[in-house]
Amino acid sequence: MTAQSVKWFWYASPQTFYPVAGVIARWCGAAAAVLCAAGLYIGLFVAPTDAQQGEAYRIIFIHVPAAWMSMFIYVVMAFWAAIGLAFNTRLSHMMASALAPTGALFTFIALWTGSFWGKPTWGTWWVWDARLTSELILLFLYFGFMALQAAIDDRRRAERAGALLAIVGVVNVPIIYYSVQWWNTLHQGASVSLTRAPSMAATMLTGMLVMALAFWMYSIAVTLLRVRCLILENR
Amino acid sequence: MLEAARCIVVRDLLVAWRRRSDVATALLFFVIVTSLFPLGIGAEPDLLRSIAPGVIWVAALLSCMLSLGRLFAADHADGTLEQLLLSSEPLGVIAAAKALAHWLVSGLPLVLIAPLIALQYDLPAPLYPVLALSLLLGTPVLSLIGAIGAALTLGLRGGGVLLSLLVLPLYVPVLIMGAGSVDMAAAGLAPDGQLLLLAALLIFAAAFAPWATAAALRISVE
Amino acid sequence: MNLEASHLGCERGGRTLFSDLSVSLRGGELLRVAGPNGSGKTSLLRILCGLLSPTTGAVRWEGTEIRRLREEYSKQLVYIGHAAAVKDDLTAAENLRIACTLAGLRVSPRQIQQALDSFELADLPVKRLSQGQRRRAVLARLVVSDSLPLWLLDEPYAALDAAAGRLAEELIDGHVARGGAVVFTTHQDTRVRASQVIDLDA
Repeated sequence: MTAQSVKWFWYASPQTFYPVAGVIARWCGAAAAVLCAAGLYIGLFVAPTDAQQGEAYRIIFIHVPAAWMSMFIYVVMAFWAAIGLAFNTRLSHMMASALAPTGALFTFIALWTGSFWGKPTWGTWWVWDARLTSELILLFLYFGFMALQAAIDDRRRAERAGALLAIVGVVNVPIIYYSVQWWNTLHQGASVSLTRAPSMAATMLTGMLVMALAFWMYSIAVTLLRVRCLILENR
Repeated sequence: MLEAARCIVVRDLLVAWRRRSDVATALLFFVIVTSLFPLGIGAEPDLLRSIAPGVIWVAALLSCMLSLGRLFAADHADGTLEQLLLSSEPLGVIAAAKALAHWLVSGLPLVLIAPLIALQYDLPAPLYPVLALSLLLGTPVLSLIGAIGAALTLGLRGGGVLLSLLVLPLYVPVLIMGAGSVDMAAAGLAPDGQLLLLAALLIFAAAFAPWATAAALRISVE
Repeated sequence: MNLEASHLGCERGGRTLFSDLSVSLRGGELLRVAGPNGSGKTSLLRILCGLLSPTTGAVRWEGTEIRRLREEYSKQLVYIGHAAAVKDDLTAAENLRIACTLAGLRVSPRQIQQALDSFELADLPVKRLSQGQRRRAVLARLVVSDSLPLWLLDEPYAALDAAAGRLAEELIDGHVARGGAVVFTTHQDTRVRASQVIDLDA
């Protein structure tokens, strides 16, 4: 075994990781608070009023970053699940299990804020457009993962079954997304994307990116705290 | 390899034949559910004609899902599942054979009964082939993906309901493409795109789902 | 043929059933696993056939880990567990034929009939057979499995009457004499001399 691989697997030991997780969680939590304050400031005060939607559009600063995080966390969850199955490391499985509730939370926030955005913009509390519908299905995927792990008493089987489900899910997410896209295109077309130039004011983009970063730091902090709890439970 | 697969399909068909009433109940469910919608929504002909593809597809989905519980549970209970895991053939082949047998018993009959339901909803005659073809392509996908869920939830308390929660989100693309193809035909457009996508989903599922099912079986039997 | 298991450990439901257990089995050997109920006999057998992953340690067949061999290893063994492993709705003959096909054995209908005759089984659906007859239907597999080197049997003598029990002993003895290996667990006293005994009570 090379020195490099020894170092990785050393951190994979729950006992070693426990204090490290605590330190990282504290720093990320602090960063999250700062970034969130900055993001909300930009979103609420600095960004200009939208020509068509007025002030109500400002919920986008929570809705869009939450939607990004919900999908990002699912991918990360599937990543840790795959690592856990491949290398049989318990800590990887714990990371996947710890990520799920946060992912579900952000999905729920995205749906909730999407609903609040929809009311003044389209007049209804819910619209069956592509993005919201995909988020709804993503929420079911998260719930399925958590329900499956909760239903199995044997820890090892629970972790591995959940991991397999997460991997099957992540493969299906693009398929689900594009089929729902085809099914309906009512939602405001993605004006922020990694490949296309944004069609909204630069400050709006900055605000959303700052909030996304804040959510990311929050996720890391909360997930690591949850992993610490799992480590203690499974000692 | 084919010998073992054929053996399993024949075995499952034989067992299903000797337990005909179980199989018939699931098909009856399909018919009953489709009868409920007019009762709940109203029997206005234009309305029924427009919702027919969706209703038939949702009912097919639910009916397929109901019968998934039977896929591995009986084998698990009488110990034959362990013997399948210890067979000399790759477990993926065995899982594919089980899914095929499930489709022959629970999916194919739906394809055959659907025209009768379509008749009840006064679906225009030109749409029948599209409906049948979409079900023919889509129901095997339901069996293949459902097998993964059935393997993961083997022997669990939550059983059927948990299986539904796991599997229904994964069924959404099949439902959208399946019902969508008939809707396209109803609007006078060519349903080729959706049908080809269904075929692609079928190929994708046939290639990968058996291996996921095999992995799930190994995890669940431990 | 060579089955080696080193430093096997097994934890189920939070309890450690056994740890640091080593097994070494060669052709012509008979291994008996003894111990009270719940001591891990069935778990050990399932670890040896690959159904269960041990918490620590590994099982090797001819030097390679069975995890990597998968079907290559399964082809070499017969596992008869607690459960009957027969389909209730099918006859004993149909069940035996299926078991042979899945195991990759080429068996003629005459051989199947012979196997069932030696255990005196009627051609009825298994659900109409008594507990003892069901057990005999399962053991009939052993008659046609002489080409498979490794037999793993969990309580083979349970629910058998004297005559069937003697027949089972003969089959096991015969297999070992031909150079095969048998691992079995049992509560009962048996005349079969085991060349190795693992006691999980210690």
